Amino acid sequence: MTQKLIVIGAGMATGRMLETLVEAEADYYITLINGEARGNYNRIMLSPVLSGDKTYNEIVTHDDEWYKLYKIKTRFGCFVQNIDRENQTVTTDTGEVLAYDKLVFGTGSNPFMIPLPGHDLEGVIAYRDLEDTQRMMDLGPAHKCVVIGGGLLGLEAAAGMAARGVDVTVVHIMGHLMERQLDEAAGYLLRKALVDKGITVKCTANSKEILGKDGHVKALLLDDGTELACDLLVMAVGIRPNVKLAQDAGLAVGKGIHVDDQMVTSDANVLAVGECVEHDGAIFGLVAPLYDQAKVAAQTLMGQQAQFVQKELSTKLKVTGCDLFSAGDFADGEGREDIVFRDPARGVYRRLVIENNVVKGAVMYGDTADSNWFFGLIRDKLDISDMRDTLIFGPAYQGGTPLDPLAAVAALPRDAEICGCNGICKGQIEDAIAAGATDLGAVRLTTKASGSCGTCTGLVEQVLAVTLGDEFVIPAVAAVCGCTAMTHEDVRRMIKSQRLISMPAVWQECGWKTSCGCHVCRPALNFYLLADWPLEYQDDPQSRFINERKHANIQKDGTFSVVPRMWGGITTPDELRAIADAADKYAVPTVKVTGGQRIDLLGVKGEDLPDIWADLNAAGMVSGHAYSKGLRTVKTCVGTDHCRFGTQDSTGLGIKLEKELWGSWTPHKLKLGVSGCPRNCAEATCKDIGVICVDSGYQVSIGGAAGMDVRETELMVQVATEEEAIEVIKAVTQLYRENAKYLDRIYKWMGKVGLDWIKERVETEGPALVERFELSQSIYRKDPWADHVQTKADRYRPLANLSLEAAE
Amino acid sequence: MSDWIDIAPLENVPQRGARMIKTAFGCVAVFRTAEDEVFALDNACPHKAGPLAEGIVHGKSVTCPLHNWVISLETGEAQGADEGRVVSYPARVESGRILLDRAFLKARVAA
Ligand SMILES: Cc1cc2nc3c(=O)[nH]c(=O)nc-3n(C[C@H](O)[C@H](O)[C@H](O)COP(=O)(O)OP(=O)(O)OC[C@H]3O[C@@H](n4cnc5c(N)ncnc54)[C@H](O)[C@@H]3O)c2cc1C
Ligand code: SF4
Ligand code: SF4
Ligand code: FES
Repeated sequence: MTQKLIVIGAGMATGRMLETLVEAEADYYITLINGEARGNYNRIMLSPVLSGDKTYNEIVTHDDEWYKLYKIKTRFGCFVQNIDRENQTVTTDTGEVLAYDKLVFGTGSNPFMIPLPGHDLEGVIAYRDLEDTQRMMDLGPAHKCVVIGGGLLGLEAAAGMAARGVDVTVVHIMGHLMERQLDEAAGYLLRKALVDKGITVKCTANSKEILGKDGHVKALLLDDGTELACDLLVMAVGIRPNVKLAQDAGLAVGKGIHVDDQMVTSDANVLAVGECVEHDGAIFGLVAPLYDQAKVAAQTLMGQQAQFVQKELSTKLKVTGCDLFSAGDFADGEGREDIVFRDPARGVYRRLVIENNVVKGAVMYGDTADSNWFFGLIRDKLDISDMRDTLIFGPAYQGGTPLDPLAAVAALPRDAEICGCNGICKGQIEDAIAAGATDLGAVRLTTKASGSCGTCTGLVEQVLAVTLGDEFVIPAVAAVCGCTAMTHEDVRRMIKSQRLISMPAVWQECGWKTSCGCHVCRPALNFYLLADWPLEYQDDPQSRFINERKHANIQKDGTFSVVPRMWGGITTPDELRAIADAADKYAVPTVKVTGGQRIDLLGVKGEDLPDIWADLNAAGMVSGHAYSKGLRTVKTCVGTDHCRFGTQDSTGLGIKLEKELWGSWTPHKLKLGVSGCPRNCAEATCKDIGVICVDSGYQVSIGGAAGMDVRETELMVQVATEEEAIEVIKAVTQLYRENAKYLDRIYKWMGKVGLDWIKERVETEGPALVERFELSQSIYRKDPWADHVQTKADRYRPLANLSLEAAE
Repeated sequence: MSDWIDIAPLENVPQRGARMIKTAFGCVAVFRTAEDEVFALDNACPHKAGPLAEGIVHGKSVTCPLHNWVISLETGEAQGADEGRVVSYPARVESGRILLDRAFLKARVAA
């Protein structure tokens, strides 16, 4: 007969247990009761929610659909008040009495609040759940917050708020931050990184009293008399297993609820998992062991043999730009030796603690790429005597010469742990790949690897790459390039939130691994900085691809092609004559009409560029920006001027648009089209932005493409007048400039954020977007040819001519 | 013994940039890094002869503008998975002037 299972607490541990149960189609009627007014979510991802890197919806692990699908009854926002073990019932705070055959405790822990005077004032909170996170997010820039506790949680809280512009001070009682995971040197680097983020850090600081006004927190008073003003005070000083309910029910409880290796408590019908348990004298505060417990509990419930074994743990801090890792035991001691490596310039620090030729502990700061390898050495207690000389440099150096980065992953054994949160090892991922998972999403779905905190995403991708070879290209979304582990999105967010206005600032603050970037990241950064700070940032030509540096398209033989602007595709006999003259004068081998209705002069020598431009300028023409990640062309049809079907002056609108948008830099090239009626002779519906004129006005649609991908635009809005159409196009262009990843065309960006989001933003923030666009255009709407002809013509000529020298 | 020829003032080459010089036997690219070191390489990528002087300079490397091969400024060797090498010439800066070694420039005539 199907039994009744009641689960108390919808936390990370029970979530995993439920999954295991329903996947195995266990024979239970399940009821899930949770004190929080919501179901299972990924609590560890509250930090990215706080810092704005994720939204709450993205961290929900089980939604209503899921519970419904597996027929799990839920009571959310509902506490279990007591348990009658004799009659096997639980009573909730709503007075409901529910019977069980099996009961599982997953009540987690309570944040510890230091009982300082004033700790009960309004505005003194812990950091534990979504409500706490929301309080911190609501604080808003220019407010002050004090965080008590310089451990993992306190620092993530501080960094998250600082990213939102809050003025944060961290007060820590010990001499350095995260003293349980880090040694002093790493603590110092971490502190420096946080201070650079604008966070004030006070170590060896003892809190004395919380001061309030009208019942609300106002400041924190320290022992030494310092008063730190604040609007919110977050205590993140530790947790205590939540055992009250179990204690009242008469279960055996020590620091946590006592469980055996099968996760069964002192009552055979009652199990416990997660932070509320005590196993073999230990309590737990990280998810990796909780997930192991969850699996064991599920197996026990299904009558299978399973045993929970405690394992070595490692820690990472989820704060952007603070790359830190610690594992094992690194205290000094008799018979222990240290190997230390420092690179102050890069802010890199590594320390290994070795005893009897076995690595006992590792602390790494600044470059944690090899952390998994070191963790494996600790966990597997490998003898390192053979590689002691080069050990500190990591796996790439074991074998004499540095290997290709994938070699390290290739060399990992099958049981090497890849995803710590979920305890997934390399072999499981390989098996999933063999069973048909060919991308990150599929691996995540089938193994859960990288599905929790996500810090191992890069590794999982490397395993994919190693296993699939050429069939798997590590996706570009991973990191901008080899110089950083950050994604484009993260970097953009850093530039905005940290007000980074120069490239060195970005390199420093985002922990670039190279001295000055590379050809992949520099053009992207140059664009981001220019789009975000048009007034303050100085464009860097050396970070632009040659086409944009020399304002012409480089061709396969090193010559260039030159395209003058023809507004809206309209030209005159005089312009045509000037173009023909220039083609003759500079011996242009090919004159071609482009797909965007412009004339292309192909095969111009680099050193002739300033001269040919000067001639074209003299005839009234300017650069067509045919080389730029910026506005290229606005293609038009003839519209009402000549066509019998035309409903509006499409040519006129195209010219106006081109005159408004030219010179603007965008994440990728930007092509527009305007057709005078739905016959669409300008092919406007496969442009980045297209306008179709109709009797009642103008249909503006976006996201078309006719390159490597072919796509039709989607309608964004229909407006009545030309002015409105131009405004909307400027607004969407600015939105694209401010948000898209470098080298994403509009359709790619739209695929990520969704057309609805774009529509809504353009609708609600249109005027502000247009204003920022205009501001930027006040600087960039100019002809680069004229500028270079006057100031930089020298740069186009050889630096020296030694033809005669060498011939002597 | 080296015989250095004075090419131009250092400031005529932008930092993290390059300029090209003409010789009777082809073009040489002169690079200047962010740290003001100078390097000289044949201005023809070992892949398909792309003009290296038009590339993006980063660290002590340049990325060819045609197909993104990365070439070491120190050795002229293609980096990463690509294979090939471009001739490099001794170059240095003295009193703010870029100097190249005449003997080496001439040696390529013989080669
Ligand atoms: C901000 C933050 C960041 C973290 N980052 C990391 C990290 O990077 N890595 C890591 O390993 N760990 C991290 N942790 C720790 C990790 O989140 C916890 O170890 C884990 O969530 C504990 O899971 P659990 O299932 O035991 O309890 P919880 O997830 O806390 O769930 C317990 C649930 O039980 C409910 N409950 C309690 N009593 C009752 C009752 N009487 N009736 C009904 N419901 C009840 C509570 O409301 C709660 O929702 C982080 C924690 C926080 C708060
Ligand atoms: S799109 Fe319509 S208005 Fe424009 S040329 Fe074609 S038929 Fe005429
Ligand atoms: S399609 Fe574009 S990239 Fe390809 S050969 Fe033609 S111009 Fe060059
Ligand atoms: S010619 Fe240099 S990369 Fe192809």
